[in-house]
Amino acid sequence: MASLHIAAAKGRPVATADTRLIGVPGAMAGLFPDGGIRRGSTVVIGPSSGGSSVALALVAAVTGSGAWAAAVGLPSLGLAAAAELGVRLERLALVPYPGDQWTVAAAALLDGVDLLLLGPPARAGAGDARRLAARARERGVVMVVLDGGGPAGAFGWPESPDFRLAVVRSAWDGLGVGYGHLRARRVEVALSGRRAAVRERRQLLWLPGPGGEMAPADEAVPAGEAVPADEGVPVSKAAALVG
Amino acid sequence: MRVLVASLPDWSVVAAGCSPDVPAAVVTANLVVAVTTAGRADGVRPGLRRREAQGRCPELLVVAADTGRDARKWEPVVAAVESLARAVEVLAPGALALATRGPSRYFGGDVALGEKVADVVDRTVGQAACRVGVADGLFAAGLAARVAGGGRVVVVEPGGSPAWLAPYPVGALGPDYGDLADLLVRLGVRTLGDLAALSGPSVLGRFGARGAAAHRLAKALDDRPLAARTPPPDLIVTAELDPPEQRIEAAAFVAKALADELQERLGSVGLTCTKVAIEVETEHGEHLVRHWRHEGALTANALSERARWQLDGWLARGSGGPTGGLTLLRLTPEEVRPDGGRQMGFWGGLADSDARAARALARVQGVLGPEAVVTAVLGGGRGFAEQVRLVPWGDARNVEPALRGSPKRRRLGKGSARVAGDFAESPAPAPWPGRLVRPSPAVVHQSPRPAELRHVGGEPIEVSGRGAISAAPAAISIEGGPWSMVAAWAGPWPLEERWWEGGGRRRARLQVLLESGDAHLVTRESGRWWVEASYG
Repeated sequence: MASLHIAAAKGRPVATADTRLIGVPGAMAGLFPDGGIRRGSTVVIGPSSGGSSVALALVAAVTGSGAWAAAVGLPSLGLAAAAELGVRLERLALVPYPGDQWTVAAAALLDGVDLLLLGPPARAGAGDARRLAARARERGVVMVVLDGGGPAGAFGWPESPDFRLAVVRSAWDGLGVGYGHLRARRVEVALSGRRAAVRERRQLLWLPGPGGEMAPADEAVPAGEAVPADEGVPVSKAAALVG
Repeated sequence: MRVLVASLPDWSVVAAGCSPDVPAAVVTANLVVAVTTAGRADGVRPGLRRREAQGRCPELLVVAADTGRDARKWEPVVAAVESLARAVEVLAPGALALATRGPSRYFGGDVALGEKVADVVDRTVGQAACRVGVADGLFAAGLAARVAGGGRVVVVEPGGSPAWLAPYPVGALGPDYGDLADLLVRLGVRTLGDLAALSGPSVLGRFGARGAAAHRLAKALDDRPLAARTPPPDLIVTAELDPPEQRIEAAAFVAKALADELQERLGSVGLTCTKVAIEVETEHGEHLVRHWRHEGALTANALSERARWQLDGWLARGSGGPTGGLTLLRLTPEEVRPDGGRQMGFWGGLADSDARAARALARVQGVLGPEAVVTAVLGGGRGFAEQVRLVPWGDARNVEPALRGSPKRRRLGKGSARVAGDFAESPAPAPWPGRLVRPSPAVVHQSPRPAELRHVGGEPIEVSGRGAISAAPAAISIEGGPWSMVAAWAGPWPLEERWWEGGGRRRARLQVLLESGDAHLVTRESGRWWVEASYG
């Protein structure tokens, strides 16, 4: 049996460096040590505001290149926002309510997709997490775990992931006190992890930017504070924003 | 050719559900077309004007004609007669014909067959109203049924039809030959016998093709063979497993053979299957069905894979799954379409990775059910949940926009209504006044979370009927959680939907930015605040 595995591994076509990577949005490329996510890695996105948008931006990069993504156990994913961030919805399969069978569904999808977005239940066991991570590594699938994206609020993914992404600060533009509307958001994303990613890296991003998609930002984000828009809309004109 | 015709002269009134004891008539364009027995007793006849009929019988129940209803109610009668004889032709709602040669020999003669058919029709209809005629040729049999009256079955001896027809007036040829019959009477040809006595070529020369056709009818020769309806082809494949099969591999092997057989049957009639039901029965009497759909037509391989996954899925499910060995396995094609073949893309098209993803998704469908795996299509709508339509994997994503302007709300995992079109590439097909501007929230709560909003003084915030907010919100508590301070907010943006009919919604929406940096879309509906979505 073991010799069979070795033979199969020898017979496999040689993978070059960039086929072993999965693309990330251009604005986030500087964050990852290789400029992309190595296939088979597990990425955990922390339970902070902005985590869903970061996850959708990763999905957008994958589906945009013609690959497939699936989301398991995430019934509240904002799909209109996903499309605005550039996700090709026809390449994103959703299993919103896997119930008790979430490991089965996730394991089956790891055979077929290139990126799996997972919203595990609060009581995810360490054994399940380890098995799924191992299967993702074997199949060369990037598994993105949306920590706290499940129905029961925040929790900790029991397995130590390759990368840990967190939105450390975020500030919205465009909303005033009684006027304006949410327009764009600047976030600071921090990446830590194992091996080359041991040293934490940070990146300023527009998520979503004024144009809707993710973009690099250069100004520093004022710590946890709303930024009233310069061109704020008076209350009388607020109705005109509707539609 | 020996033909049997069974007819119910007042079928419309029977189909309308009128009892023969109640005077009733079916009326179209103010003319009576069918009457019940009780109505006839009062002197109402087909062809009378409605007012005259009501004059003869004041308590007459008048029913509007409905050809669709007539045809619909006739179908079970035809199906019942098909249990006696194959090749039944439907002449009209209320009349059917069949060739008697085989069935007569089986049931012991034309009379016996006629009685049998009359019995079956009467039992299906629930009234003793069927009349049966057997003769050579459709025309003679039809006339025999028409004159059968209370005797129910009239059988004209083989070869005796021309003589039997001879005394009837040429008017019996029917309304199709009305003007020709007029002309024949004026020329002194009064009966069918007179017409039959003329030489064929002379009739053809003088009266043309219609004259020749009438001449053939009068001689009891058919103008055409019976156009028997073909029962729909039997495409269902079934395998009975004896002894009951316990191992899934063996059952899957049987399923493979069944799938091949189904594919062969479909192929022989030039069809391909887009939806199939996989059914099993167990030795404990359980009956499990699952419907599978595949837009790109199921091949034998795809079908056997699905059957296998389905069996796996049923066994993996603890409760509700089969508890004993499988005794029966059945594949029923539920939607078929002409097989137009499939053209693969020369460049690109269906790539290897697409096939791999399709297999993985179908596998998950086998475990969780076809409705559990969906892809999203953006459509019109004002709320964020309404903009998204979820299509089960395998279904067509681009269904025609059927109900534009009235987007149906579709919740995840429930129902399967498919409305609106494929707007994946153009998310805004029509203007939706009242839709919030971009960006959309990245988290849309499946059920809105109840919240409380207060202003600085601690009073609850309200929105008046005119859409004005009572005070600036200062703090929010979501689902009874701790109070968070509001850093910025805007709104309320009122939204009234479908107020012109029942079930409309009135809402007012606020964007609220908290000091923690979280932003929410908060909605006021039916006197309460709800967090509808979050800009996560």
